[in-house]
Formats: sequence, C-alpha cells, structure tokens
Amino acid sequence: MSAGSAETSISIYRIAAMVERYWYLLRSSWPRLLDLVYWPAVQMFMWGFLQSYLANADSFFARAGGTFLGAVLLWDILFRGQLGFSISFLEEMWSRNLANLMMSPLKPAEFIIALMIMSVIRLAIGMVPVSLMAIAFFGFNLYELGFALAAFFANLILTSWAVGIFVSGVVLRNGLGAENIAWTVMFIFLPLTCVYYPVTVLPTYLQYVAWALPPTYVFEGMRALLIDQQFRADLMVQAFALNIVFFVAGSVAFAQLLNSARRHGSLLNTGE
Amino acid sequence: MTDTPQAIVADRLVKVYKGGTAVAGISFALPVGSITGLLGGNGAGKTTTIAMIMGLVIPTSGVVKVLGAEMPNQRYRVLHRMNFESPYVEMPMRLTVRQNLTVFGRLYGVEHIRARIAQLAAELDLTDFLDRPSGKLSAGQKTRVSLAKSLLNHPDVLLLDEPTASLDPDTADWVRSHLERYRREHNATVLLASHNMTEVERLCERVIIMKRGIIEDEDTPAALLARYGRTTLEEVFLDVARGRPDLQEAAQ
Repeated sequence: MSAGSAETSISIYRIAAMVERYWYLLRSSWPRLLDLVYWPAVQMFMWGFLQSYLANADSFFARAGGTFLGAVLLWDILFRGQLGFSISFLEEMWSRNLANLMMSPLKPAEFIIALMIMSVIRLAIGMVPVSLMAIAFFGFNLYELGFALAAFFANLILTSWAVGIFVSGVVLRNGLGAENIAWTVMFIFLPLTCVYYPVTVLPTYLQYVAWALPPTYVFEGMRALLIDQQFRADLMVQAFALNIVFFVAGSVAFAQLLNSARRHGSLLNTGE
Repeated sequence: MTDTPQAIVADRLVKVYKGGTAVAGISFALPVGSITGLLGGNGAGKTTTIAMIMGLVIPTSGVVKVLGAEMPNQRYRVLHRMNFESPYVEMPMRLTVRQNLTVFGRLYGVEHIRARIAQLAAELDLTDFLDRPSGKLSAGQKTRVSLAKSLLNHPDVLLLDEPTASLDPDTADWVRSHLERYRREHNATVLLASHNMTEVERLCERVIIMKRGIIEDEDTPAALLARYGRTTLEEVFLDVARGRPDLQEAAQ
C-alpha cells in the first residue's frame, strides 16, 4: 500500500467494525430499543387523534387528510435521523472511548459513515413500527407515497446527517458541556421549516430563512402531494442541491473542529 | 549518533496550550526494540508528549516521527503498527470483553481475530470473563483487558501509561513479565510512563525524566543512580522533582 493510499483510502472493514460496535451497544439495552419507538409512537397518536378531530370539524382538513400525520412522520425522519447520528457519537464520549478510536487506524470519514449507517438503523427500528401503527389506527399509509417518499426520505436524512456531523464536531471540540446542542439543535428547524403549516404563514423575512433550509422544500412538497395530489420534483431537486451545500459545510466544519481539538488537546479530555 | 534505526524521534518538540506551556522543546530518539521509561511529576508534560507521539495532539512546533512517519500528518501510515494502553482511557462498558476486543481487532485489521483473542485471553488470564460486560470488571481486570487491546495488533511501537495501576503486586509483576517477554519476542519499542519507580527500574533500559515540560535528565537507570549517588530511582526522581541544591550548583 502506498503512503498516499494509506492516508486517503476508506476501509469498509473498519466501517463495519464500528457499525458492529453500535449494534452490540443497542441490543445490549432493551430500554434504549424501546425508547426508539416510544416517542415517535406517542407523537403519531397525538397528531393522529387531532387530525381525526379536525377532519370531522372542517371540510378543508377533511380534504387535507393525512397532512398532520405525514408531517409528524417526516419530521421524525429528520429529528430521529440527527439524534440517531448524534447519540451514537455521544456513546463514545460517555464511555471515554474516543481517544481509543482516534489512536486507532479508524479515519474520521469512516467514523462518520458508520454513524450515518447507524442513524438509518436506529431510524428504521423506530419508524417502521410507528408507520405501521399509523396504517392500523388511522388508515394513513406513508408507503403509498411511493417514489415521493423515497425523495422525501433522502432529502431529510441528508439534512439530519449534515446537522449531526456539525454537532458532533462541536461536541468533539468542546466536550460533553456542549452535549445539549445535540439534543436540541433540530428544534429550531421545527418552526422554520414549516413542518405543520405552509411557508406563506411566516413573515416575509422568515420566509427567506425557511427557503434556505432543505427540509422546508420537503414539507411543502408533502403538502402539495397530499392536498393537491401533485408531486413537485422541482422542490426535491432544490432541496437536494441545498443538502449538498449543507453536507459539505457540515463535513468541512467537522474536519476543522477535529483539527482544533487536536491543537487544543481536547481529545485527551472529553469530559465537561 | 549510531546507525541503530530509530522507532520514535522527537525533535525540539513544543506544545503550548492556552493555560501555559506543557512541553517546552524536548528532543529524544528511541531505538527500535528499546524500552524507555518516561518519568515526571504531575504536569511534567508526559501525557502531552505521548499524545503528540500518538497523533492526538498537534505540536505547536517541532517534529515527532514514529517509524519514519511524521505525526499527526502521516499517522495513517503507522497507526496500525502502534498501540496504547492507559487505565484512564476506558473501553465501552456495556460491551463484553470479547465484543470490545473483536471491534478493536477489526479496526486494527487483525487477521484471525477469534484465535488472537483466545491467545491473549489465555496469556493475560481473561478467559473467565471474556463474555462479561467490560463495565462489570474489577479495576485490575480492566487493566488486563486494556493491555490485551494494546497487544491485539502485535504493535511495533507500544505506548503505556501506568500499565500496572490498580493491580495487586502479584498481578502487576506478572504483567511486567508479560511486557518484557512481548518486547523481547517482537523486538517492539516500548515507551512507558509510570510513577512506579520499581517498575521503571526493572523494565527500562533508559529513563527520561521530565519536569515542567523539559527533559531534566536522561540515562540508563544504573548511570542515573551513580550520577545522583542514590540507591533507588525513587530517590533520583525526588532529587529531580525537588531540585537538590548540590546538583543544581554542579550543573551551573
């Protein structure tokens, strides 16, 4: 192996080792597994019942059937995707294992890919049962969205990874004192990306902010599909383009924060 | 300078943090197959020096090379040939010992991982608790598991930080014997940071004593004892740490 390839090559074997590590961790704790389903299920039931009530009370909501349930399920992809990424990363901080990893041949890119895979696995464990419950209890079948669902999912998970990568860099640099950011950062997206209402509801200046965020296009696209039965490919393409920018920015920020952690000796002391 | 190949070379290594200077321009070279003790009181700069060797910390200035690769820029050329053990860096507690060693074995690209884990378990007496969560081990058991992790990949360069901390005297002695044998059989280069002077005296061919970020003295244990007119390394360490007036005068 040449020196250059040693420094740039990505090993599927090491990525698989990290996924195996997180899988061991996940299956060792049934409360953690339960937690993956619990909150998405609670949210789905709450919005499902609210939607049932509104559908009976107003003809618009009857026509817009499924938008609340669709929104809550798609929101959970965004929120749980980032949380799944960040929690796997935080596990290394909590167990004081980060220095072991950083001194091993594991490369940051391999670490990040493993975290992305784990975010999808954790999401699937939580979302698949909840989406099936939505069919059983409210007759809302997310999978009927077909290709649109794939486009929504791809865009939302990309945003969640971009935010997860950035937040991991911040925690890596600043220690567990910055842990709260990992739990709360996504909530700023809740009002700004217009999960439950159209972008036009926002004041004009906030609409500019909303359109700078990729998930806004997804939620608008979902409403177009569920209310007007129209798939807006243009919105998905714009979301994807913005996601590329977000992902590159998150990755660059992570690399710089990791470098800063090496300069400041933060990797030696990952506590508060 | 001899023609002996050097495993670790530090050249005018400096590390300045916001709070002050941790390492203030140290230079040393560790020949392949040597075992060296790194001594110093708290805040002497030992941990920062080891972290720079491992590529965890970027030096403010100066260069550190391991097996010819400059750290941290070229670290991926050599990290698979190095390993590290410290009781202060833990392994995931909810994973069993076997799971932890399997994951690290894969990260280091160890071939025949199961056989290697079985071999280390036999050598380090881990077999009885291989399937127990790492968090449920005693301090001594954790140290042995940590040592097993550090030997998984047959490292050419082994950095040890207090390898026998928390061990009873019998187990500590047994671990030292194991390290001596490993070094001899694999011609490994070992850098050992320790506060246990008996351990350093027994294991190390050479000792580097750090104080406030600089190398205060270095030599073979026998030469240091002779120079300070002492009978144990602990007395030498205290002389260096507290600054013996007659030696300071002689140095001036």
